[in-house]
Amino acid sequence: MEATPRVEARGVGLRAGLATTAFLVAALAVGLAVGPVHIGVGSILRSALSYVPVLHVHQPLGAVDHAVLWQLRAPRVALAALVGGMLAVAGASYQGIFRNPLCDPYLLGVAGGAGLGATLAIVYAEAATTGGSWTVPLAAFAGAIAAVIVTYALGRSVGVSHMTGALVLAGVTMATFTAAVQTFVQQQHTQQLQSVYSWLLGGFSTATWHDVAICAPYVAASSLVLVLHRRVLDVLSLGDDEAASLGVDVNRTRLVIVVAATLGTAAAVSVSGLIAFVGIIVPHTIRLLVSTSYRAVIPLSLLAGAGFLVLTDVVARTVLSPEELPIGVVTAFLGAPFFAIVLRSSRTLR
Amino acid sequence: MIETRDLWLRFGPVAAVRGLSFRAEPGGWTALIGPNGAGKTSALRALAGLAGYEGEVLLGGRDVRRLGRRAVARLVAFVPQKPETPAALTVAEYVLLGRTPHISYLGGEGRSDREAAARALRRLELERFAGRPLGSLSGGELQRAVLARALAQEAPVLLLDEPTTALDLGRQQLVLELVDGLRRDGLTVVTTMHDLTLAGQYAERLILLDEGSVVAEGTAAEVLSAPNVAAHYGANVRVVEDEAGVFVFPVRTR
Repeated sequence: MEATPRVEARGVGLRAGLATTAFLVAALAVGLAVGPVHIGVGSILRSALSYVPVLHVHQPLGAVDHAVLWQLRAPRVALAALVGGMLAVAGASYQGIFRNPLCDPYLLGVAGGAGLGATLAIVYAEAATTGGSWTVPLAAFAGAIAAVIVTYALGRSVGVSHMTGALVLAGVTMATFTAAVQTFVQQQHTQQLQSVYSWLLGGFSTATWHDVAICAPYVAASSLVLVLHRRVLDVLSLGDDEAASLGVDVNRTRLVIVVAATLGTAAAVSVSGLIAFVGIIVPHTIRLLVSTSYRAVIPLSLLAGAGFLVLTDVVARTVLSPEELPIGVVTAFLGAPFFAIVLRSSRTLR
Repeated sequence: MIETRDLWLRFGPVAAVRGLSFRAEPGGWTALIGPNGAGKTSALRALAGLAGYEGEVLLGGRDVRRLGRRAVARLVAFVPQKPETPAALTVAEYVLLGRTPHISYLGGEGRSDREAAARALRRLELERFAGRPLGSLSGGELQRAVLARALAQEAPVLLLDEPTTALDLGRQQLVLELVDGLRRDGLTVVTTMHDLTLAGQYAERLILLDEGSVVAEGTAAEVLSAPNVAAHYGANVRVVEDEAGVFVFPVRTR
């Protein structure tokens, strides 16, 4: 009797899936509970359940606590989760299609374009960066999309066979150019320097349910597309030729993934500013701890990225309370050593 | 099973393949030989549908251009000279990726795919490597894993670009014997090969290309003559023929 080899593709796996989900749930609980006003997790649960009609749970919170929880903290936590999950899953996807572990979601000029768009809006339209004005996010979104379209056109112009490398170079070109223009405009209007700077550093201090509602559909659609492509990303890891010889339309697939990742990232960036590091740290941590297969990396990055940014935001708003640290500073400050520890402690090839 | 008619492949003004016509049948092994830059790999890539060409490539009598990408992938498996083998993928996962043309675009593997991959692993005696990461395999084991991935594709045509590069003598014979076994199973095998002696021993037909054109075609005894090798490889060789085959030895000129 011949032994039948175990033939299976490791996916997310029960243990990793449960652990990551638990991490996200814990992060959300911490995000909602911690702040100048402490609200117990039990009260948060009961308060949430009081909105479910048939349960008849009594609202445990007073008016002030209730407003703090549901009007200030909850949208902030929700937005941080959406943005974190989006940046992480987009970073993982870019790393997959370009087969380059250093790619981040800003690779194709999203950050530069969004930064330039926001700067132009702040400087010329005198748009406010706070108080629910839609000019800055809209300008950032438009700038990000425009930059990526130019990058893609530039990368494509060298011919389809060299596109992978060309796109990365075109992205660098675009980022440099937009940064130059953005700096120039900023230097010409030093009175708005503070607003521009604080937008660029990113953060969730002004998050509202409105931001969440605007951002959520993009994040949902984009991450759905990316999660569905998790096996295809594994096929692409064999290289363009082999993926093509396995029947995959490599260029069309790459375009679909770029479009999905870009739309989601642009939506995230437009409501949060530029938050570095998440798109690299989170996917790599998953690779080191779980598996390099995109079947694991993509879905787990989405969950872990969400939890990571919620926790980072908690640190950003509590360390110097009532002052806030820019969240990008915290992601880099926490993320880099954490990543170093994970990297050092990993003995396996993964 | 696979046939080309007046196949031309151009890179800008340079023609890498000039009017290649041949036909390979199930159970047959055709080797494309020739010096570096002769157009062997280009021809093979055209057969795999990876390069644009003029002329015709027919699979089972049907024009490849009329078949969809996935349909072609179900008929032709291609192994490049240096395949990408992500170090952390297990052998089983890697071989399963060979099932891609049988799986819907956004779908996952089903039972029949796992069974096909298991058959490929068994056929190449890789059962005990199934759970090992590719990065832990030796060169010979890795080449078997690559063959298993191509085999899992269950395509009747197998195209191999230099299947024995970077393998020692024993591993070269092992891999070529495995390929020969697949040929006897009924696959149509087309390979490019550098080693003329091995090419002559395994392929029943050799096509010698030079600067993109076919300059000799036939059995080892017909193609591997010292004058042919001298003229097209610029090599000084002694050719010995006995009942075991045709042997091409390089001889130093002083």
